[in-house]
Amino acid sequence: MNILVCISSVPDTTSKINFTENNTKFDANGIQFVINPYDEFGLTKAMMLKESTGGKVTIITVGDTTVEAVMRKALAIGADQAVRVNMNATDSFSTATEISNYITQNSFDLIIAGRESTDYNGGAVGGMIAEMTDLPFVNACIGLEVEGESAKLIREIDGGKEMISSSLPMVIGGQKGLVQESELRIPNMRGIMQSRTKPLQVIEPSSNTKNTSSVNFENPEAKGSCRMVDASNVSELVDLLHNEAKII
Amino acid sequence: MSVLVYTESWNGIFRKSSFETVSYASETAKVLGTDVIAVSLEDVSDDELNKLGNYGATKVISVPNINKGDSQSAAKVFLDLSSDSSVIICSNTYTSKMIAPRLSVKMGAALLTNVISVSEGSDIQIKRKSFSTKAIETAKSNTEKTILCIAPNSFGLIETGGSCTIEKIDFSESGSLSFDGQETASGKISISEAEIVVSGGRGLKGPENWGMIEELADVLGAATACSKPVSDIGWRPHSEHVGQTGITVTSDLYIAIGISGAIQHLAGVNSSKVMVVINTDPEAPFFKAADYGIVGDAFEVVPHLIEEIKKLKN
Repeated sequence: MNILVCISSVPDTTSKINFTENNTKFDANGIQFVINPYDEFGLTKAMMLKESTGGKVTIITVGDTTVEAVMRKALAIGADQAVRVNMNATDSFSTATEISNYITQNSFDLIIAGRESTDYNGGAVGGMIAEMTDLPFVNACIGLEVEGESAKLIREIDGGKEMISSSLPMVIGGQKGLVQESELRIPNMRGIMQSRTKPLQVIEPSSNTKNTSSVNFENPEAKGSCRMVDASNVSELVDLLHNEAKII
Repeated sequence: MSVLVYTESWNGIFRKSSFETVSYASETAKVLGTDVIAVSLEDVSDDELNKLGNYGATKVISVPNINKGDSQSAAKVFLDLSSDSSVIICSNTYTSKMIAPRLSVKMGAALLTNVISVSEGSDIQIKRKSFSTKAIETAKSNTEKTILCIAPNSFGLIETGGSCTIEKIDFSESGSLSFDGQETASGKISISEAEIVVSGGRGLKGPENWGMIEELADVLGAATACSKPVSDIGWRPHSEHVGQTGITVTSDLYIAIGISGAIQHLAGVNSSKVMVVINTDPEAPFFKAADYGIVGDAFEVVPHLIEEIKKLKN
């Protein structure tokens, strides 16, 4: 099976988020970048599918040279080759356009994107790719089994799950459940050594038409101080929630 | 020029978030000087459709013969209906976010998701949650038409007392996916829409101790949730995991029991209006983000809390 995994390079989940240039740009200073957590589940699933059915796993990332560290990590985990589109990913439409161009010029049985990225949280790239390549799409995918030319999928719906069948090729928006947290792969020394010599192709963007722009950012208002209630006086808490916060 | 709004239904019933999107559409229509047309997919009764009028829809277009998970067909329906609309609105759900990206490509329309504010002018500019709620982004549309996905619980319901007309449309095409059934926990309150959420962490020591969490949720009419470690070790299902990589909570009240409050957890829950923390460790970082806190053993505090709330409710 020929699988494409779309990987986003995002701030480590423990990062404090700050902005610079008059709050118009994310301040990457001192930030550790990681594979987008949703994409990590997709990458491990792709490795498992490759091991059971044969084939190749390609990863694609839209970004400048700074995203290559995260791409090498994906190669160290086991992807066979990597493609970087040399453009800052700041808009879902332009990002999806570039990835779709690559898909059309090559041929894949399965395209796995994350449900969303933990930085801009657009959650739109997978669905846009599906439309641009005219393929079926299942979002928030928490289960995937491939049998020949078709797939059985489970998607998360509010308060439950839905079972779906589809023909391949298709696009999915993945998340935890695709594989379990405990199954996630981390690079070993051999993988890291190999990743240095695996192909990382850089392609130039075709258009870079952005449908949306960012104006500025702000941090949410900080909370005031926490009002402490003694553990032996739980009725006071109930009273505060009822009369002060007026919430119960 | 009407504002078009997709009102998502489940088993023939509209969720609170669907009414919120109609209220949001109504406010947007005021800015644009136009009216609101709601679009409903799947089989929904006239009684249920009529409820949309009370939030500002003047007309409802019902398309019964379509599965909302079939985003290929749904996007076609919306493309046909949106030729005169410059703004299309839906809820920021997994299902709507299968349809909206497709539609945005078909229409050449900008797509803004996770939206929490109404645009003040006809050049669409809104606030949206980003960086997993660690930041709020002001973003704008660069195109003539715009699709907005509204974050649940971020925009209040506004009842107008109005009424709507209903038009039914036949649509016989279907896309390539086949739907093999759903499994839903009956009677469970949805975490993303809940007004109150009761959440447990590793401090509860084991899945056998969740009875008191469920009882507390029950007396409050709340949804139950859990921290990431709890879902990772399998004490609770993944569908209850709230936090940066789980479900985002935007409730009025969030009660965290035995959760230390790592930054990843806080990122997913800190849009809640009031947060209560119960933890044995006075140094737990969650207390810095909370409104009310109790340092104490959950196994003693929670049963008392249940009793006191029962007293209040009676």
